[in-house]
Amino acid sequence: MDKVATSGAAAHGHAHEHTHEHHELGFWRKYVFSQDHKVIGIQYAVTGLVFLFFGFTLMMIMRWSMAYPIRPIPLIGSLLGQTRAPGGIMLPEFYNQLGAMHGTIMVFLGVVPLAVGGFGNFVVPLQIGAPDMAFPKLNMASYWVYFLGGVTMFVSFFVPGGAAMSGWTSYAPLSVIAQPGQLGQTLWLVGMVFLITSSLLGSVNFIVTIVQLRAKGLSWMRLPFFVWAQLVTAFLLLLAFPPLEAAGVLQLMDRVAGTSFFMPSGLVVGNVPVQVSGGGNPLMWQHLFWFLAHPEVYVLVLPAMGIVGEIIANNTRKPLWGYRTLVYAVAFLGFMSFIVWAHHMFMTGMGTTISAFFQTTTMIISIPSVIILTALLLSLWGASIRFTTPMLFALAFLPMFAIGGLTGLPLGLAPSDIPLHDTYYVIGHFHYVVAPGTIFALFAGIYYWFPKATGRKMNDVLGAIHFWGSFVCINIVFMPMFIQGLAGMNRRMYDGGLLYANNQGLPLQLNVVIGMAVWTLSLFQIPFIINFFASMKWGKKVSDNPWDATTLEWSAPSPPGHGNFLTEPVVYRGPYEYSVPGAAKDFSPQFEPERA
Amino acid sequence: MEIPYIVDARPDTGLHNCKLGIWLFLASEVMLFGALFSTYIILRTGAVEWPFGELNVWLGMANTFILIGSSVTMVMAWASLKLNDFGKHRLYLIGTFVLAGIFLVNKYFEYADHVTRGELPSHSTFLAVYYTMTGLHGLHIVGGMVVMAYLLGPGAKMWKTRPDQFSNRIEATGLYWHFVDLVWIFLFPVLYLL
Repeated sequence: MDKVATSGAAAHGHAHEHTHEHHELGFWRKYVFSQDHKVIGIQYAVTGLVFLFFGFTLMMIMRWSMAYPIRPIPLIGSLLGQTRAPGGIMLPEFYNQLGAMHGTIMVFLGVVPLAVGGFGNFVVPLQIGAPDMAFPKLNMASYWVYFLGGVTMFVSFFVPGGAAMSGWTSYAPLSVIAQPGQLGQTLWLVGMVFLITSSLLGSVNFIVTIVQLRAKGLSWMRLPFFVWAQLVTAFLLLLAFPPLEAAGVLQLMDRVAGTSFFMPSGLVVGNVPVQVSGGGNPLMWQHLFWFLAHPEVYVLVLPAMGIVGEIIANNTRKPLWGYRTLVYAVAFLGFMSFIVWAHHMFMTGMGTTISAFFQTTTMIISIPSVIILTALLLSLWGASIRFTTPMLFALAFLPMFAIGGLTGLPLGLAPSDIPLHDTYYVIGHFHYVVAPGTIFALFAGIYYWFPKATGRKMNDVLGAIHFWGSFVCINIVFMPMFIQGLAGMNRRMYDGGLLYANNQGLPLQLNVVIGMAVWTLSLFQIPFIINFFASMKWGKKVSDNPWDATTLEWSAPSPPGHGNFLTEPVVYRGPYEYSVPGAAKDFSPQFEPERA
Repeated sequence: MEIPYIVDARPDTGLHNCKLGIWLFLASEVMLFGALFSTYIILRTGAVEWPFGELNVWLGMANTFILIGSSVTMVMAWASLKLNDFGKHRLYLIGTFVLAGIFLVNKYFEYADHVTRGELPSHSTFLAVYYTMTGLHGLHIVGGMVVMAYLLGPGAKMWKTRPDQFSNRIEATGLYWHFVDLVWIFLFPVLYLL
C-alpha cells in the first residue's frame, strides 16, 4: 500500500499544494490506523479481496469431495489433519464447516466489505466533493471492528471441534445443539456481533456524509447513481442488521447460558430428550435472520448496480437512460426489501394468508429490479461503445444478473418454490446474482477506479484474459446447477448426493464438470492478481481523468492527497452529461463551469 | 479542505453532522430493541403459562424514577452549557452519572436476589427474557456512563477551545441517554407489571 502512495506522490508533485497545513503522520497512523477514507477504503478492499479468495478456496476443496467422493484430496489433503480429512479423505463434518464458512465469509467478510467498505469509502466522498467521511475516527473503528470479526471467524477453524457447521443461516435448534461444549458456533456468533457493529458504524457514517457533505451545487438529482445506491444500501445496513444482532445475542444466550429462546419444548435428539426449559420458538430465528438477510441481498446488489451504472455511462458516452427512474427504483427497492423476507420460509408451514402476502411483495420487488436492469440495458442503445476492461465486466453483469433475477421468480412463488427449495436450483439462482453478477461488477469497479487510487492503469491484455476466462468458467460452474436442482439434487451433500436415485447419471456427472470449471476458474484469477500488484509499480501512468469521465472524483489528483481536492469543488450540472450537442468535447464534467 | 458542518448546521438540512449521526444511531437501536420486544411478544403469546409477580416491583419502580430523574439532570446539564454556566453543567452531569450508578447498584441487588434463589436464565423463558433484555439495557447504561466519564474527564477540555462543539457532544449524549431511559420505561411495565 505504501508503494501506491509513494509512486502516486511522485506522479503528482502538485498534490502537496494544499490550502491548509500538511500534517506529516508516522507510518502507523498513515497506513495502518489511518483515518483517511481513501486508505480505509483500500484496507477494506484488500481485506475483502483476501477473504473472497479464502472463501473461494474453501469451495475448491468442497468441490473435490462432491466430484470425487470418498477419494483423497490431492495436494493439500494430507495437510488438513486427522480431525478434518483422515488419509486425505474429507469428513462430512469438515465439509459442513467449509459450507457454513464459505457462505459467511463470501457474504459478510468478502463482498459487503469490498462493495460498501471498499468502494463506498474510497469513491463516495470523492464523488460528492467532500474532503473525507463525516466521522473519520468512526470510519477507522469500523474497519478495525470488521477486522476483528474476520479474525474471530478465521480462528474458529482451529479451535477443538472446528468452525461453525450449521450452514451460513445457522438455523436453530440445530445451531444451538451442534458442537456441544465446543466453540465453533459460539465464535461464529461473536464474529457476527463484531461485523454487525462494524456495519452499523459504517452506515451511520455514509448517510451523514452523503446528506451533509455534498459539495456546493450538488443537489440530490445531480448525485451520481453510485452515490444513490450507496445511500440506500447504508439505510438497509442501518435498519436491517440490528434484528440479527438481537438474534445473535439470543442464540448466544441459548448456547452459553442455557436459555431456550429458540429451543422448543419436548425436543428429542438421537432418542434423548434435550435438557432445556423449553418454550422457545425455532422459527423466530428464521424470521430474525431473514429480516436481515433479505435486505442483505440488496446490500450485495445495489452497490454493484451503482458501479455498473457509472461505467456504462462513461463507456457509452451517453447519459444514463432514465436517471430519475433509476433513483426512484433504487429507493423503492430499498423500502420493499424490508417486507419480503418470509419468501425464504415457504417450507415452514406458514398459513396461506401470510404466504400470499409475501408472494405478492416478492413479485412487486421484482419490478424496480427489472426497471434498473432495463434502464441500464437501454443506455447501450445507439451508443458507440468503448470496450474497455471495466466495460467488459459491466456488460457481463447485465445478462448474468438477469439470469440470476429471473430464475428467482419461481422461488418467490410458494407452489414452485416448494419442490425447488434446498436444491441446487437455489444455489444456482443466488450465485448468478452474487458471483457473475455482483463480483463481476466489483471487478469492473477495481479496473475503473484503480487509476484514481494509484495514478496508474491496469493492463488491458491481462484484464481481457481475466474477463473471458472467468466469464466462460463461471457459467460452466453455475448453469449446470439449474439442471441438477430441477432433477432434485439436494444442497449440503458432502458426497454430492451419490446415494440418491434421482441424481444418478447426468446430475452426478455434472458435479465433475462443475469441479473442473471451478478449478480452472481459479487459474484465471492469476492474471488479475499479477495485474493488480504489477500495475501498482509498472502500470501505465495516466492523467487525473483517464476515462474522460464527468463525475467529481476525476477532478481530484490521482491519487488524491489528504483532503482530496486542491480547490473546493463546485458542481455545475448533472452527473452524466456526455455528448452534449454543441459542446466542444464529448463529455461535460460536473466540475467545469459553463463557458460563454 | 476541512470537514464542514461539525459545529454549525448545514443550511439546507438544518443539522450538524453529529446530530444527524446520533439520530441515525438511535434508529438502529430502535430496530435492535424492537426485535427483542417482538421476540418477547411471540414467546409470551405462544407460552402455555407465564409467571407473574416474580420480580420486585418496588425496586423496579424506584429504578424507573431514578432514570427519569437522570434524564432531567441530563437536560439541565445541556441547558446550563447553553446558558454559559460550566460549573452548573458539571454538577448536573455528575448528578446524571451518580443516578446511573445507583440504577446499576439496584439492578445488582435484583440480580443477586434471583441468583441466590437459583433463578438463572436457563430456569424459564420468562427469566431468559428478563435477564437478556435488562442485561442489554444495563450494558447501554454502562456505555452511557463511559461517555459521561469521558466528558467529565479528558473530554471536558474541549469547552475551553471549542465550546459549541462541546455542547453538541453533550446534546448527542443527552439524546442517547433519553433513549436508554425510554427503553426502560417500556421494559418496566412489560417485565414487572404485565
